Amino acid sequence: MYNLIGAGLIVIGGGIGLGQIGGKAMEGIARQPEAAGKIQTAMIIIGALLEGLAFGALILGA
Amino acid sequence: MRVFQQTLKYSVVLLLTLSSSIIFAGSGGNGDHDKKGNPIDTQEEIKAYIKHHLQDSHDFTFYTDGQSGTHYGFPLPVILWDQGVKMFMSSKFHHGETVAQSGDSFYKLYHGKIYKTDAEGTITYDDHQHPTNVKPLDLSITKSVVGMILVSVLMLLMFSSLAKGYKKGPIPTGFARVLEPLVIYVRDEIARPNIGEKKYRKFMGFLLTVFFFIWILNLLGLTPLGFNVTGNIAVTVCLALFTFFIVQFSGNKDYWKHIFWMPGVPVLMKIILMPIEILGMLTKPFSLLIRLFANITAGHFVVMSLIALMITMKAAFGPVASTGMSIVLSLFISVIEILVAFLQAFIFTMLSSLFIGMAVQEHDHH
Repeated sequence: MYNLIGAGLIVIGGGIGLGQIGGKAMEGIARQPEAAGKIQTAMIIIGALLEGLAFGALILGA
Repeated sequence: MRVFQQTLKYSVVLLLTLSSSIIFAGSGGNGDHDKKGNPIDTQEEIKAYIKHHLQDSHDFTFYTDGQSGTHYGFPLPVILWDQGVKMFMSSKFHHGETVAQSGDSFYKLYHGKIYKTDAEGTITYDDHQHPTNVKPLDLSITKSVVGMILVSVLMLLMFSSLAKGYKKGPIPTGFARVLEPLVIYVRDEIARPNIGEKKYRKFMGFLLTVFFFIWILNLLGLTPLGFNVTGNIAVTVCLALFTFFIVQFSGNKDYWKHIFWMPGVPVLMKIILMPIEILGMLTKPFSLLIRLFANITAGHFVVMSLIALMITMKAAFGPVASTGMSIVLSLFISVIEILVAFLQAFIFTMLSSLFIGMAVQEHDHH
């Protein structure tokens, strides 16, 4: 029961983080469309690091 | 004629895509009874089926007839190290129902693991319902191993033919034209910017191998063959260990200096930073292995749950509506999974090259 609540909290946290990354990357691309490729790569790397953290917590919790 | 051929081709592809759901739909239904006459609990059966799929197994089962209990598939060789090598086919286990004899030892398959038993196949339990029997060292050719051998042979054929093509001329022909842009993509977008112009060549072999190995295995997991290799934590641990050792062994003086005696900070900070840096060294491969494992496992779980919708929702919506809903939803998720299959291979290679780049880069001294 408690680990399910924990899993929900992890997903909320991860969602907020991914939203921030995605939103800021969109803003960056809108301002400088010529740097879109670089911004996308950096966005994916940060997203992957965050995802690793969230999945680690999910696996350890469940 | 050409249109007809293309239609036929697409129909075969579509049929292959959907056959996993058709196989699944055949394996259960409401109000069925198993061979002992007990009513089948559909929910429990689906859970057990998904759990069984996510695990590695000692045989290849394509389809199980729920009513008669017959399995359709083929066995794989079992290799055990138990005071000498014991080899036999997994068909001797009869899916865990009988005891397999090899020499003067007896073995039984229990929940996917092999235990040494007596001739009757008795399994003793401790207080937590865990078997206390001796587990021999299991070196069997399991389903995952078959998948990995398959992909290795495939890659060997694909890339040796690509390499041979360059002897004839600078432009590759045939299937090699598909591979060349991918190899160049890994080189120019992943290795070069992260490792650096001078040193990237040494690591190209590892990065290309890891990229194609993970990508093809991820794609193989989406076919109805039932492979789940990159969703097996042992496989991802092994892949991450490769990255870990390559990073440690190619790390230069600066890399180790930054771990044990961080330059440019007060002595007290150096002492505090040392355990943190050592921990960071270990968490990098850990995050690599957890990410790949969790992504692929979650993907398989979602696809199979959506396919199972056609059985669980049958009572509420009727057979046609529930089947249609489950096909549309699982097709949607499968298309996303094709993207995820590439993305995970890309991320693994990208982060590996990033870690290697951190270890080999030259620092300009102040």
